Amino acid sequence: MSAAPADALLSVRSLTVEFPTDNGPFTAVENLSFDVEPGKTLAIVGESGSGKSVTSLAVLRLTDYANGRIRSGSILFKPRSGGVIDLAKASGDTLRAVRGNEIAMIFQEPMTSLNPVFTIGDQISEAIVLHQGVGVREARREAKALLDKVRLPDAGRLLDRFPHQLSGGMRQRVMIAMALSCRPKLLIADEPTTALDVTIQAQILNTVRELQREMGTAVIFITHDMGVVTEMADDVVVMYRGRKVEAGPVRQIFSAPRHPYTRALLAAVPRLGSMTGEPLPKRFPLVVMEGEATRSTGEERVQDTADYSRPLLAVDKLTTRFDIARTALGRVTHRVHAVEQVSFDIFPGETLALVGESGSGKSTVGRAIQQLLTPTGGEIRFEGRALAAMSAAERRRLKRDIQYIFQDPFASLDPRQKVGFSIAEPILTHGLMTDRKAIERRVHELLDQVGLRPEHARRYPHEFSGGQRQRICIARALSCDPKLIIADESVSALDVSIQAQIVNLLMELQERRRLSYLFITHDMAVVEKVSHRVAVMYLGQIVELGPRRAVFEDPRHSYTKKLLAAVPIPDPDRRIDTRLITGEIPSPIRAAGDEPALHRHVEVAPGHWVAVETAGSRTP
Amino acid sequence: MAGFLVKRILQAVFVVLVVTLLVAWAIRLSGDPAIMLTQGAGSFTEQDLQNIRKALGLDQPFTVQYLQFITGVVTGDFGKSFFGGTSVGSLIAHALPLTLLLALTSLALAVAMSIPLGIHAAVNRGKAADTGIRILSLVGLSFPNFWLAIMMVLTFSITLGWLPPSGAEEPANIVMPALTMGVILTATNVRLVRTSMLETLSAQYIMVARSKGLKERVVLYKHALRNCAIPLITYIGLQFGGLIGGIVVIERVFNWPGMGSLAFDAVAARDYPVLQGVITVLALLIVAANLLVDIVYGLVDPRIRTE
Repeated sequence: MSAAPADALLSVRSLTVEFPTDNGPFTAVENLSFDVEPGKTLAIVGESGSGKSVTSLAVLRLTDYANGRIRSGSILFKPRSGGVIDLAKASGDTLRAVRGNEIAMIFQEPMTSLNPVFTIGDQISEAIVLHQGVGVREARREAKALLDKVRLPDAGRLLDRFPHQLSGGMRQRVMIAMALSCRPKLLIADEPTTALDVTIQAQILNTVRELQREMGTAVIFITHDMGVVTEMADDVVVMYRGRKVEAGPVRQIFSAPRHPYTRALLAAVPRLGSMTGEPLPKRFPLVVMEGEATRSTGEERVQDTADYSRPLLAVDKLTTRFDIARTALGRVTHRVHAVEQVSFDIFPGETLALVGESGSGKSTVGRAIQQLLTPTGGEIRFEGRALAAMSAAERRRLKRDIQYIFQDPFASLDPRQKVGFSIAEPILTHGLMTDRKAIERRVHELLDQVGLRPEHARRYPHEFSGGQRQRICIARALSCDPKLIIADESVSALDVSIQAQIVNLLMELQERRRLSYLFITHDMAVVEKVSHRVAVMYLGQIVELGPRRAVFEDPRHSYTKKLLAAVPIPDPDRRIDTRLITGEIPSPIRAAGDEPALHRHVEVAPGHWVAVETAGSRTP
Repeated sequence: MAGFLVKRILQAVFVVLVVTLLVAWAIRLSGDPAIMLTQGAGSFTEQDLQNIRKALGLDQPFTVQYLQFITGVVTGDFGKSFFGGTSVGSLIAHALPLTLLLALTSLALAVAMSIPLGIHAAVNRGKAADTGIRILSLVGLSFPNFWLAIMMVLTFSITLGWLPPSGAEEPANIVMPALTMGVILTATNVRLVRTSMLETLSAQYIMVARSKGLKERVVLYKHALRNCAIPLITYIGLQFGGLIGGIVVIERVFNWPGMGSLAFDAVAARDYPVLQGVITVLALLIVAANLLVDIVYGLVDPRIRTE
């Protein structure tokens, strides 16, 4: 334990935080020390369960409200008034005078961090009135100035709006305005951009950086995203299982990581551009943690599995619209144009990535293929047979051949059924097997294939981690021997090390079973690793489609370029070029009769199609 | 919001029509009023019965009687009591304010007790205070209301002599009936407040409010309570029907001359016009209470108001 440097704004020393459980206290953070210097940014990185969020809450003693207890250590903070206070031992009044005033916080979920029943203006001025002793009118003027500062248009009208009337990105800007309202000396940002689209993330990060420079605020940035770390941080603390395993300047951490965990973490991070020059997706060996040591697993293998002779699935001019508003007489006034005239093929053994941000319609395409919704127009053909021409029995049969893996492995398994039951259920539903013993053997075999043990069949979902649950979902999808798997953001919610393992598993299964994947995601770095071809969607239409290498190395459409530019690269020497990235994602809701202009596509290289951009159809 | 309200009002009108139809029809099902009225009152000829029916308008077909009744409802004329010919309207005009007073006082008491108790239990989840409040609530739920009423009379009127046991002459009269209803409502509402508060307190905007440095009282009673209010208001609206039903019994015990007592006497005397009037007005009251709930929703929750 070192002494606090004299100039540190915040010095956390030997902090241990525990939570009572039925099996005795659980130590979430153990013996943690770090310093934050004025105006600097410290990133705390780690995966789920590393204790990074608990640390962020503990600094303001917000852990008190979750029954957390600071067992030992100190949190020394230098307030504006001079002197040093130990927040670990401070009284309630002292803490309240610091919270929101000297140290402010931004949270992860912009959708839930604003109170739905109060206006934006009320929520921002609340802290101003509280800490600066000014009147409500003055606070409101201040709030408007803050909204301008975080680059929200039309700030005056925004003050009287409610959170639900704003998009996620706008809400996070409001949250930043709120946090900065009293010009705090320290801002704690807990995964502030994780729930946002990449282009919005890039803008928010930029805003935080600019305001930080302007106000001289120090920032503690909590994140799991190594790309975001290099964008934001001066110094980095790496946490693993409640402890600090490594700390240092950002360049040192990235160029010469010392602790095996840091090395494993960095190795697992998908890096945009890592596949440059490779025509086909590739599997890489993984470094995994085993206790405190690392082990390498898997092999390097080129994923040459696609067979381009005849498409497995053909989607032709698929259109899906939802009516959302009607007049009193039932006439439709507004529609969501979720998908407009989307066409693509998927070939046997191929992975097609469908990329886009919220509202692009990418998930709607997946749901239409899996018959979870009826399209408004267009045709879907599977092995040459049109879906519309199929009998009810054939359609049921198709549901076997096409399986879906959802984003959230926690919500997509029945918590009251043993996982063996969940895996066997499709087999029973489709009547593939009837012999109980045979089904059991099949379940064991499937568990084995996804890297779990047969005895796991007798356990319940809550006994597994997120990654294990996603493996179970994959086993369930495989249970009736499908030909196509639609993976809808299936790895997005997982920690990077787990994500890398699941991606490898999916690729291994593809090779072994000649599976085709429709890989729906917003994560460009993952797309680069897994896909043979890529389709980029924007506002319900495909703007670019082509071989992965062509789309990534020679993007032609302005939106594809913007999307690629917005991805934070885990390399301290390359930062996002923010000039490209401005603007909100427009809404796909249109008035009835106001049909969107359809893109015309041209083939710029063999198999590489790009929507023609005219003055009217140009995306921001 | 405006469209939403128009829709709700039209629904309410339809509900009232169905309710009045059911009331008129069900009362006729119970038998011929002329025979019931004359039972045990000496011998009557068929001609006498016919005259009674004619005098009471019971010789008309059901549809005509219903139409007369519904026109009466619209114009505020509920007909006359079979006994003494007092207008049903004036009987109700006398009883309704007393029932409303009792109902609203009980409700106010319940809200005033259940919200702080429920919040206290939620904040101290799993601790002694929470367990204590939950046990008390269970005890309260287990009492039949008339038993609690009788126990109160025994304690406060007969043993201690603090409060008058019955009637509605002085302000002190309302204490015991309102308290009886209030305690029982509190027992159920406390649990609802607690559950709904627990959910709200786990929301991120509560942590945000705390991170601003707000006092815990402001966090709980401003930021959290307003969000809890929506399930609470729904429940209170639904509860209103039960509350009115409970009041009918309680009014009897405390001899409170409200709608309950009026209905009770009318049933005993087979005074159909009175009964029909009372039930209709109570049904209207419950429909109106639920309409009010819909309006209050909009005031409390901007997501509904701005749709």
